[in-house]
Amino acid sequence: MPESATTVPSGAAEFWRQYPRFLARVLWEAFDGSRLFYAWMTLLTAVFLVGANAWAVQVRDGLAVTAMSDHVSWGLYIANFTFLVGLAAGGVMMVIPAYLYHDEEMHDVVIIGELLAVAAIVMAIMFVTVDLGRPDRFWHLIPPFGRFNFPVSMLTWDVLVLNGYLLLNLHICGYLLYMRFIGRKPNPKWYVPFVFLSIVWAISIHTVTAFLYCGLGGRPFWNTALLAPRFLASAFVSGPAFIIIAIQIVRRVIHSDFGEGPIRTLLNIMRVTILINLLMVGSEVFVEFYTGGSHTSAAHYLYFGLHGHNALVPWIWSSVVMTVIAAGLLLSPRAVADRRLLNLACVLAFAGIWIEKGMGLIIPGFIPSTLHEVVEYLPSVMEWKITAGIWALGFMIYTVAIKVTINVMGAGRRHFSVLPPEA
Amino acid sequence: MSQPTTPPAEGITRRDMFKGLGATLGLAAYAKALAPLTEWKPFESVEDFLQKHYSELSAVDLEVVLKRIEKDTKKQYGADVQVSADRPQPGVKFGYALNLSICIGCRKCAEACHKENNHDRPSHQSYIRVLEMSNGSLDLEKGNAHYDHPVPAKDKFYMPIQCQQCDHPPCVDVCPVEATWKEPDGIVVVDYNWCIGCRYCEAACPYHARRFNWSKPQIPAAEINPVQGYLSNRIRPQGVMEKCTFCLHRTRNGKLPACLEACPTGARVFGNLLDPDSEIRWVLQNKRVFVLKEELGTKPQFFYFFDA
Repeated sequence: MPESATTVPSGAAEFWRQYPRFLARVLWEAFDGSRLFYAWMTLLTAVFLVGANAWAVQVRDGLAVTAMSDHVSWGLYIANFTFLVGLAAGGVMMVIPAYLYHDEEMHDVVIIGELLAVAAIVMAIMFVTVDLGRPDRFWHLIPPFGRFNFPVSMLTWDVLVLNGYLLLNLHICGYLLYMRFIGRKPNPKWYVPFVFLSIVWAISIHTVTAFLYCGLGGRPFWNTALLAPRFLASAFVSGPAFIIIAIQIVRRVIHSDFGEGPIRTLLNIMRVTILINLLMVGSEVFVEFYTGGSHTSAAHYLYFGLHGHNALVPWIWSSVVMTVIAAGLLLSPRAVADRRLLNLACVLAFAGIWIEKGMGLIIPGFIPSTLHEVVEYLPSVMEWKITAGIWALGFMIYTVAIKVTINVMGAGRRHFSVLPPEA
Repeated sequence: MSQPTTPPAEGITRRDMFKGLGATLGLAAYAKALAPLTEWKPFESVEDFLQKHYSELSAVDLEVVLKRIEKDTKKQYGADVQVSADRPQPGVKFGYALNLSICIGCRKCAEACHKENNHDRPSHQSYIRVLEMSNGSLDLEKGNAHYDHPVPAKDKFYMPIQCQQCDHPPCVDVCPVEATWKEPDGIVVVDYNWCIGCRYCEAACPYHARRFNWSKPQIPAAEINPVQGYLSNRIRPQGVMEKCTFCLHRTRNGKLPACLEACPTGARVFGNLLDPDSEIRWVLQNKRVFVLKEELGTKPQFFYFFDA
């Protein structure tokens, strides 16, 4: 997609000739399909519109329509943003086995992970955008008109790595799909280096996002060197969990049985990463509670409540229970054969990490406040609407992207690899 | 490529009709959903929208901007105000000290700040929070900002907290668009016309010194303080950060901060840290002074001391 005309020296014009037709096809795929497809997309559109309306009201009336305050100044939006950056990074766990270990079967489904990265990054960027008090001043970020406080502000790093990751994945997916569309063999030169770059880049997006928080000395709950490793470990649980479910849905839709090997590989990855994640959470909990002192009041608030305030306690314990059950299920030998068990484990792990890395991470950073006041926060209805709207849009993007991929490569094929078999 | 890229041209089928209907309804729904945006007025004019960063404004630009803000304030709030852009004076670095032995916790300083700085009336906003502390501990966790009884109470002391005007301000480092910076006279300011409202600075500040405009500030015209500074107490737009500026529209003109003038006990000492004969320098040299959260390395220029 974003490559310049010079990418194909011999007949660049010839190369691009069918591009408008390709775009038309993508657009057509987004608006045409079975009854189930229409029902699904209509539902998502409706939810998205509810969110869009809530956002329009929020922009008009100010962020006062949220439950945030000067004490808890980030809430559900930034919680979802953090989680989604992880989901996007987790998509790369398909890419590593496929390319680093030449896992042939993984090649067939690697695009499911890359498209997930695209959808998740778009959602993450939207969550930051709806959190802005002045979205009309977005251009202040963009040089030369704006002023970009790089490299001092970690937020500017995040802007760069998130947009870079989005472009990388758009390029890889777009290039492979387009080559397939015009019936040409993809040139490894134009995607393999980008694939390897995307592996490193995936790590960077989540590390930089962790640095946003852990670099703040005034917030002891975040100010821990373990934050970035914890982010990565949990990302490598939530990403594979989502993809395992996605593979099975795609399979059912196109009546194929591909993806057994990849599912097992992803299961094996999750078996390790979910334990590493639990280990790190346990390690943090130990340091907080064994040491004691006022620095632990945020953790105290999160797990047990503080001075009678305990809004987050049910959240975090559901997360702990879900993650521990998921770990148990994943480790059980039956998870390999019993799909229902595996799916349950994936759903629990996904939801558990959504809480742990969302509300469970962002909110205690603000409670107690820097002057040690306890002001609680639970999202307002408007925040839930906007959040649901962005998720609906993300699902729309993902649905259309997967549908295009399947159909461009021919429905009913056993594999829907965009790569030639020898790639 | 098993499917056609365009629909088959066989006249209008029932399916096409449903699709057309769906598309029409869909577009109408989009228009309806986004309709509140038409009532959104983030800026009064194109010049407002395109205004450059404060540091890039020429003297002429700045004059135009100040006049425009005065005009917009008249239009929106019905008040005649004068907005100036006082520059830092050479050889001046402001410092503030507060005598905890004298402070009685009357919150007159917070009230004066509220009025001086044209804060939002309904939320009763102020840049100063006063903590009631128990004798025997400086632990902020044991403080209480919501006391509601005659002061001073027995066995209590009072600790007003506002922006510490740090020499290493974490809020300035984190801002992605350089909308906040430290002026040569030591005051950390915000360009309200440049801030994008991400609130990263609010998360970074260890002293709860920053405030966000969650909605458009409401002040009756009669209560508006007409003497305003571009970087300080002019009425802030919706969706941007604000903070204490040591009343720079006063202090850069030789006056004292409003919170100091309001203090009935004389607990507050303000002055030029670079002037060896200033009262603030005398306090720093002769009293046992401490700063808040020194371990964070923020180098506050706001000092606390006890008399005894």
